Amino acid sequence: MRFSRTSKALGVAAVLAMSLTACGGSTGGGNSGTAGGNTSKAITANGTEPQNGLLPANTNEVGGGRVMDLIFAGLVSYDVTGKTVNELADSITTKDSQNYTIKIKSGQTFSDGTPITAKNFVDAWNFGAAAKNAQLNSYFFAPIKGYAQVQDPKSKVDTMSGLKVVDDTTFTVELSAPESDFPLALGYTAFYPLPESAYKDTKAFGENPIGDGPYMLAPGGWKHNVSVTLIPNPKYKGPNKPKNGGVTFKLYNSTDAAYTDVQSDNLDVLDQVPPSGLQNFKTDFAGRFVNQAYAGNATMTIPSYLPEFKGEAGQMRRQAISMSIDRQQIIDKIFYGNKKVATEFTSPVLDGYDANLPGSDVLKYNPTKAKELWAAADKISPWPAGKVFTITSNIDGAGNKEYITAMANQIATTLGIKAQLNPIATFKQMRDLVNKKALTGASRAGWQADYPSLQDFLGPLYGTGAGSNDGNYSSAAFDAKLKEGLAAKTVEDGNKIFNQAQEILLKDLPVIPLWYQAVQGVWSNNVSNVKFGWNGVPLYYDITAK
Amino acid sequence: MVMFTFRRFLQLIPVFFGATLLVYFLVFATPGDPIAALSGGKPMAPAVEAALRAQYNLDQPFWVQYGLYLKNLVTLNLGQTFSGQAVSDVIGRAYPVTARLAVMALAFEGILGVFFGVIAGLRKGKLFDSTVLVASLVVIAVPTFVLGFVLQLVVGVQLGWAKPTVSGTAPWNQLVLPALVLGLVSLAYVIRLTRASISENMNADYVRTATAKGLSRRRVVLVHILRNSLIPVVTFLGADLGGLMGGAIVTEGIFNVPGIGNLLYKAILNGETPTVVAVVGILVIVFVVANLAVDLLYAWLDPRIRYV
Repeated sequence: MRFSRTSKALGVAAVLAMSLTACGGSTGGGNSGTAGGNTSKAITANGTEPQNGLLPANTNEVGGGRVMDLIFAGLVSYDVTGKTVNELADSITTKDSQNYTIKIKSGQTFSDGTPITAKNFVDAWNFGAAAKNAQLNSYFFAPIKGYAQVQDPKSKVDTMSGLKVVDDTTFTVELSAPESDFPLALGYTAFYPLPESAYKDTKAFGENPIGDGPYMLAPGGWKHNVSVTLIPNPKYKGPNKPKNGGVTFKLYNSTDAAYTDVQSDNLDVLDQVPPSGLQNFKTDFAGRFVNQAYAGNATMTIPSYLPEFKGEAGQMRRQAISMSIDRQQIIDKIFYGNKKVATEFTSPVLDGYDANLPGSDVLKYNPTKAKELWAAADKISPWPAGKVFTITSNIDGAGNKEYITAMANQIATTLGIKAQLNPIATFKQMRDLVNKKALTGASRAGWQADYPSLQDFLGPLYGTGAGSNDGNYSSAAFDAKLKEGLAAKTVEDGNKIFNQAQEILLKDLPVIPLWYQAVQGVWSNNVSNVKFGWNGVPLYYDITAK
Repeated sequence: MVMFTFRRFLQLIPVFFGATLLVYFLVFATPGDPIAALSGGKPMAPAVEAALRAQYNLDQPFWVQYGLYLKNLVTLNLGQTFSGQAVSDVIGRAYPVTARLAVMALAFEGILGVFFGVIAGLRKGKLFDSTVLVASLVVIAVPTFVLGFVLQLVVGVQLGWAKPTVSGTAPWNQLVLPALVLGLVSLAYVIRLTRASISENMNADYVRTATAKGLSRRRVVLVHILRNSLIPVVTFLGADLGGLMGGAIVTEGIFNVPGIGNLLYKAILNGETPTVVAVVGILVIVFVVANLAVDLLYAWLDPRIRYV
């Protein structure tokens, strides 16, 4: 459930490739883009109650994220294909991928009319990073020099030494180590600027934020658990000008209710077809649906701390398990074809994606090879007699139970071992087990990109000691490749090296990639021009009402 | 009577504290780490995690946590949700909606239930009676969520007579459909209870006497039979009100009603102890007060029952 979260990544030509393969429906909308809709009429869309006050550094889930991304604008934003475009930034320059000079366009203002200055960025980032403010996104500032000091509870320092205001429209960022993809991250929610008035009472501000995005919160717009109403921000000068009279997010507890509402034109846009609708949404909404890959994947973690999966035998077992899963069959039978088989560890909508990395055969269904590998592993160290291979998953999220049971059956049939789902009632319980490294077998996992970079799918997940390295994977060779990629002079150079790092992962399989996520969205008869971005979120500002 | 009522209100105090302690302990004992869930699979800086744990007293042992909760409760501070809102605000927004829904469902089942029950009871064994019996059996047998989805699809989507979900302000007219679903199962029980009670009292001595005195049938039925037959029905309705207030989780989910059922469901999933305890605490009060109301109604319906 909470695995769905606000995220951004870069998708380019790969989007087209995807729409031809897994995603035949992505052209279903008849989006001529010229429809002379009613630009003063507001539209409605589904949402969920934001989990925290609307502060950039504290918004890390999809409910709050979709609101934040409309009422705030950052240094860069991402267009429909996911390409990074300068929004508030005039230029972001670096010579060594470690020291960045950022110039912002002058004449930009927040929705209350106060000008946006370099200081607004530096203050907001310092606020977000400091541990005492307990902002959930604080780890996004970890690359910046001085982050360790503001995170130390004993330290009195609350500003990072890597951030310096040069003048009203210029500031510099010094990172602790080179990061070639740092500019790509700057459109993420955590990096939005805050007006000076935010710090007086951040809690009150979070209820009624003043932003700089295409929309602003209507007076009293956030009715908790009911709706969030946004109106166009007249002060906004960026590229994403609203083509409608506002967006009202109706907050739903179940997508089933939302789906029913779109069916009866009671809701305009739904970005998540519930499992019950997956089979029929293309006929229920002929010409009014989308089915398109976004920057997210599903994987299965096999923790390196399990004794059966250590060393050479462990590596063979991981490969055997991977090859015993018929991914396409599960996608067809359980998800009605609405996903695409994974061929590597990132996402096809990302710049730099390569579907044919050396070693990717290990992700193809091959029961014969799987049996051979398993037998070979047994020769080195036998699989304990009667041991059950478990796949742990929370079952409060829809669909988890079904696909994991199917997967366990495939593994059991192919390898001749016992395999089964280890059901955990709630997400919080599951996260607790994962964080405590207390898993007794494999576990369901997945990732959605926060910003447009291959690295965002690799570093945080598989780097030694990284924050989301749930399986405790550690490889010196992989770490070295990651570092080399980050030190690259350009994003393109970096991507080549990141793909070499992926080749190491394909051998070690710290997680077993299953499939790429696709967004299934539908809309009512009352709107047109509905497009979904690289991250699976509709481009609300482009939607026109009829 | 006043003493009786007062005593019953005094009983509320131990019941309330016992219930909150129990619920607090149950939520505390459920496995899983709410702070780990808060970050949703993404990393969380250790210092931030520690700060959040301290903010919600989750770093304290059970008795300290509960003690701090009680301390806040004395000042009518029900605590905070993980999104930083006051629990009292959250409940204050959700409760009126559920209360409206429950009252509508109760009115629906009370009025229609007694009406059909009386007619069926008076015409025992006739076609109307058999039809009502079969129909009520069907309603009891079908799970609420099936009823809800079917009515939503047919009435809301296909026929378009009502909006399939309830909008944020939850106006009366939009609550009709969910109230219908919510009250339908109880309606079947009320019909059956009333019918049984009426048909039983039809043969009672006092009814024969009343008829023999030459009273009109109308008066016999409405005043003599009905008044006595309503006692079990009122007991059921009273207990049902408490159930309706808390048990609307399924119905509120289907129709997206922003009420107490939805709130409780989410709070339990997130491990939000203050919200769960507060909602359950209020439900306990509702139950006790509803039972008290039932007891007082007894006295009115049957003057032989007197409380001192």
